[in-house]
Order: sequence, then structure tokens, then C-alpha cells
Amino acid sequence: MAYVPLADQDHEQEMHHPHSWVTKYVWSQDHKVIAIQYGGTAVLVGLIALVLSLLMRMQLGFPGTFDLIDPSAYYQSVTMHGMIMVVYMLTALLLGGFGNYMVPLMIGARDMVFPFLNMLSFWFYLLSVVILMASFFVGGGPTGAGWTLYPPQATLAGTPGSDMGIVLMLLSLFVFIVAFTMGGLNYVTTILQYRTRGMTLMRLPLTIWGIFVATVLGLFAFPALLVSAIMMLFDTLLGTSFFMPAIIESGTPMDYDGGSPILFQHLFWFFGHPEVYIVALPAFGLVSDVISTHARKNIFGYRMMVWAIIAIGGLSFIVWAHHMYVSGMNPYFGFFFATTTLIIAVPTALKVYNWVLTLWEGDIRLNAPMYFAIGFIFTFIHGGLTGLFLGNVVIDLPLSDTYFVVAHFHMVMGVSPVLVIFASIYHWFPKVSGRMYHEGMAKAHFWITFLGTYAIYLPMHYLGFLGVPRRYYAIGETDFIPASAQTLNESITIAALIVGAAQLIFLFNMLWSLRNGAKADPNPWNSASLEWQTPDTPPVHGNWGDKLPTVYRWAYDYSVPGAKHDFIPQDMAEEDVEMEDGSTGSTATGA
Amino acid sequence: MSLFKQITEKPWERKGIIGGLKAEGTFDAPSERVALTFFLIAASIVFSLFGVSYYIRMELPDWLPIAEPTALWFNTGLLIASSVLFQVSRNIVGNGKSKNVLLAFFGGGVFAALFVFAQLQTWDELQAAGVYLSSNPAADFYFLLTGLHALHVAGGLYVWLKCVFRMVTGAEPQAQRLSIELCTVYWHFLLIVWLVMFAVLANT
Repeated sequence: MAYVPLADQDHEQEMHHPHSWVTKYVWSQDHKVIAIQYGGTAVLVGLIALVLSLLMRMQLGFPGTFDLIDPSAYYQSVTMHGMIMVVYMLTALLLGGFGNYMVPLMIGARDMVFPFLNMLSFWFYLLSVVILMASFFVGGGPTGAGWTLYPPQATLAGTPGSDMGIVLMLLSLFVFIVAFTMGGLNYVTTILQYRTRGMTLMRLPLTIWGIFVATVLGLFAFPALLVSAIMMLFDTLLGTSFFMPAIIESGTPMDYDGGSPILFQHLFWFFGHPEVYIVALPAFGLVSDVISTHARKNIFGYRMMVWAIIAIGGLSFIVWAHHMYVSGMNPYFGFFFATTTLIIAVPTALKVYNWVLTLWEGDIRLNAPMYFAIGFIFTFIHGGLTGLFLGNVVIDLPLSDTYFVVAHFHMVMGVSPVLVIFASIYHWFPKVSGRMYHEGMAKAHFWITFLGTYAIYLPMHYLGFLGVPRRYYAIGETDFIPASAQTLNESITIAALIVGAAQLIFLFNMLWSLRNGAKADPNPWNSASLEWQTPDTPPVHGNWGDKLPTVYRWAYDYSVPGAKHDFIPQDMAEEDVEMEDGSTGSTATGA
Repeated sequence: MSLFKQITEKPWERKGIIGGLKAEGTFDAPSERVALTFFLIAASIVFSLFGVSYYIRMELPDWLPIAEPTALWFNTGLLIASSVLFQVSRNIVGNGKSKNVLLAFFGGGVFAALFVFAQLQTWDELQAAGVYLSSNPAADFYFLLTGLHALHVAGGLYVWLKCVFRMVTGAEPQAQRLSIELCTVYWHFLLIVWLVMFAVLANT
């Protein structure tokens, strides 16, 4: 069957126009409503995970002061904080939230290819969140196995939540993967097949490239988590021995025999490492667009940026065992995985240089989105550099179980994507809501969060060098850890509490601005990309009014020499471009 | 334009409507087909990872090979017949004809349903012989893999049933051409997965 592009179809896509409040806001098939549903849910579970991290910090900073936090509660907080933040918050917010909102608008489509599937994706995601939250209320509480859920300890008595908690966690992940697959097939197909007239692959904003490659990674990596979750559920519920070795519990041999826990680790990290880039790549894309817009310069090295995203995505599948150096492996394996890990630094560094070069001699507008974007460059460089340490087997072995690793991964895949999320929320808030946010509150939010981040994570690197082990409920007295480490821990906790509280400024700013913010222009940042050129702000159902836009240029025509304005929208034809000498683009360039 | 050519373009040099006034999808295929292709790649990864796990688990000392039921050869025949009938229905609509489409398409699904039923029969047979889930790792994998594959067939049968229903209630076979094509692709995929899986299971 021949393919007919959307823009050429007689009746275009059949739109599912909502008829009632319920179909407009609840069972909605509009990508923008689904995006907000996804984003809102993700932010909500993110707040829960934030509170859990503060509970951990209170125990670490002031051990034994809070009766509420016993060892079980501590490990449950660690586990749920990690899993919620990585999967249910970052992945859902970046792909479900930003992916849904940006993809159709940035490529000039009216909606996703399969709107019904898209709606289903959100409801499955919500179901997975409900299942996960239910584990707080079952006997034994949620699992405390650590976010990696390693068997055999995850299912043995003694680990909190080893009866129902772990089962609900695995079920919830299973449902999440189903939800992600439905959403992911939508994003990929929409980006490939529904681009409007003139929107070639290389005219896509980098946001779309990041979301596209991250989605492909997700579609190819989540199967590994699915496979390990299924086999672990079988081990737990049906008594098979895929992962469970022969084991003696409280003096009695269990029914398990001969399973391989290392096999689980391989499967888990075959998903787990690409997952880092499922989170990072959309963030790379979003931040590129924010930086380019507010520096009034085209993104430096666009093609390199695209290829780097693709290269990072490909490489992310052959580095997984660097998470398992301490599990013991053939030295040649270690050598191989250390090499591939360090090679990833090349395309990643290239992206960092290109962001900095985009800023170079730019006409920089220092507003809140730009603050967060520049903050991201700092935290990402710091987190990335410590990654070079840990990628080497010999350096990783002594540091692997210390706070150095906690500091590394929080800087590189915790704080960095979160700063980009804040940059992006402030940047696109006027388009999504039709209102401006409060700039002063946003900047206060930035400074507390950014400086607080350093107050929390810089000392953790030092604690790691001292050899302070991670995953411990309480350190107690040791010979090798000086008493001053505890003082440092207290200061980290105080900083964490302040940063946690500062997020209330952000929430207040968003809610307050929805009602009281100044009315936003359709294109307040004078941005060139397509989503700012919609006829309505916020865009209405169907996005583009009567006619889909036609694209004449890439998304980065900022400060074009000779042009009257410092940006040329993607959908502006050459003959409509006003030049400084009063002519139009076509006469000036002779095109 | 080839994919390689598309991603080596210099977007800052080229202004205007590239490729004329027509919008271009990256692939000259219906969106459903593109989505199905990505889904099949993801599903292949699921089955491959189970395959890798099977070989890793097989190396461990407690592995006891099980004798696969001979009925599997017969079941394989059922799935091949199913795939062939789907291909026949696809060829007919592909040639712009409608005669016997429903018959071939319906037959394909029936053989697939028989396959699922016959696979479940082998479970009973094995259990009667004392081989059941959690009795030994080879048996665990047998039940897990055949079950997972049967679930995928059942998922396909749901789509097949909807399409049959549309045709029985009067839809023109030509209007169902895309559904028939995609079902055929999916069934060939399931057949290939089963053949590989059968070889893996037998290789103990």
C-alpha cells in the first residue's frame, strides 16, 4: 500500500474532537492533554521520591534521632527513591511529558499517529504508578532491595518487602514497560512519518532528535528489564530457579537450586545503562534548543550534534558491564567494557563543546531558562568527568561501594536532567499555559537549587575518597573514617533540606502564574522553531487551524546576517524575510 | 531520498521546500507498518534475551535436559499451514482480487488457534510424565518460552478476529488490505520465532 503523507491527505487525519469535559480532560486523545497528564503524574511521584530522599538524609545526617526511620524504612526509601526517580519520574516526564507535547508541535503535525494508543499509554502508566504506590500499604511495605533489585537478596526474608513489595514492584515495572511501548511506537512512527511539508530529518530541532533516539533506545532496552522481571516473578511466585541459586535460609535449605544471580545483573544492566541515555538524550536535545534560542545563535555544529546523539545511543548498548566490575569478570571483558565506556566520552564531550561554542559571542539573554541551561552545563561536566574515573576498572574497584558513585550518578543523571527539565518548563510554560511565570521566583529557585546541588554532592565525592561506604543505614565507629565525616554528613543533610524546600518556590510559581501570570505573547522568546508559530496560544485541539504549516528552513535561523529581525521562523518563506535594507530575502540573496 | 543522504544534509545551506511541495515520510509505507516493524524488533529482542538466558543457564551444573514432546513437530506443521494461508489471503488482495480472501484469512487464524491449543496439550503431556514448572530449569524454560510464544499468537488472534468480524459484517476485503498484510507479516514473524525457539529447546 502506498504511503500518503499527512499533509497530502485529502481529509488529513480524522480528529477525535472531544465532546464533553470527560473526553476533553480525562479520556483525552489530544497529545497536549496527555502530555500534561503524564507530566503532572511524574512531578507528583517525583515529589514523593524527593521526600523519601530527605528521610534518608535525615537518618544519615542525624543518625538515631528520628524513630520513624528504622533500617527497613531506610532501605525502602533508598529503593523507592531510586526506582521512582529514574523510571517513573525522569523517563515518564521527559518522554511521556515533553515527548508528547513537543513531537507533534515541533514537526508540524496535528497529533500523534495513533491517538487512542497514546491515551492508553498514559492510563497504563498511571496504573503502574498506582501498583507501585500500593506497595506502601501492603504487609511488609515496599521492597528495600535497592533499585537494582538484585536476586537472591531481593526475595529473601530479611530484606524489607521481600513478600509482597517485590512482587508489586516487578508487576508495576511490567505495566510501565507496556505503557512505554505503546507511547514509544507512537513517538517513533510520528517523527518518521508525520513530518509536515519541508520538514526534513535534518531540519528537526535537536529536541526531537533526542526524543527520537531515546525512544528507540527505550524500545530496544526495556525488553531486557521485561525479561528479567518475568523470570524473577517466576522465581518468586512459582518456585523456578532462573536466578535463585541453592541457598540456605535460617538453617533450612530452600527449594531453589543452581540459578544464576549474575545473569540477572547482566540483563538488568543491559537495560540499566541505555536507561541512563533514555533520560539524558531528551535532556541534551531540550537544552540545545533552550541555549540556542536564548543565545540568539544557531546551535554550533548541528550535524555533529545529531550524529553524536545517534553515536551515544548506539554505544550505550555495549557498555553495560561497567556497572558490574565488582561482580567479578574476565579481565579482558573488563578491558573491553572500560574501553567502550571511555569512547562514549568522545561524542558526549563534543556536545558539551558545542553548547559552550553556541554561547560564545552570543547575544545571551540571561533569563531563568538560560540560568538553568548554563547550570546544566556545569553539573553535567562535573558528573561526566567523574564518570571517566569510574569507567576504569582499577579505579572503580575501590570507589564502587562508596559515596563517590552516589555523587557521580546524581550529578550526571539526577541533577543534570532535572536542571534541563526546569529550564524547559520555564521556557515552554508561556506556550503551554498562555501565561508568563514569575522571573524573580524562578531565579531564586535556580540559585538555591544550583548552589545547593554543589553543597550536597561536592562533599560526597570527598566522603567517597575517604572510603565512606554507600548503602549503609549507619556508619557507626570505624578506624578509617574520621569523626569530621559526620559533620560533613550533617551539612549535606541541611543543604538537602533547603534544596527540597526550595522546590516549593517552583511549585508555587507554576500554580500562581497559571492564574496571575502576565498574559504571554505567542512567541515571547522570539524563537524560530515551529511550536511557537501556532495560530493559538496555548495551541488548541488540532494545533494548526485550517492548514498545516510549510517549513522552509531549519529551526536555528537566529541573527542571520542582513535580516531585519534576529530570528526567522521555520515556516517563513524566503520571499517573506525582511532584510535590513528594506528588501526581502529572495531579492537580497538572489534565490 | 536515502536515509544516509537525509542525515548528511546541511540544513543551514538549504532553504525552501526540499523535495518539492510533497511532504515525505522517511519510509514509503503506511504508519501502521512502520510501527509494527519497530514492535517486531522489540519483540525479537525479548525472545533473543530469553534465548541467551537459556544458553547461560544451560551451562550450570544442575541442568537436566528434558525430552521435548514429539507432538511439537505436528504443531510446527499447524503454524506453517497458518502462515501459508495468511500469505495466500495476502496474495489475493495484493492482486486486487477478493475471491476466497475471507476463506484463506479465516483458515489461517483457525490453524493458529489450533496451534495454541496443541501447544497447551503438550503441557498436560509433560506434566503427566512428571515434568512440571520448577521441577528443573530446562522444564522452566520450556513452559516459559512456549507460554510466551502462545501469548503472542493469542494477541495476534485478537487482531485477526476483529478483521474477520469486519469482513463478515460486510466490509470489502480490499478495504481490509492493510490489516491482512500486517497480520501476514506478524504470522511469518511468529513462525520464524517458533522455528528458532524449537531448535533452541531441542538443542539440550
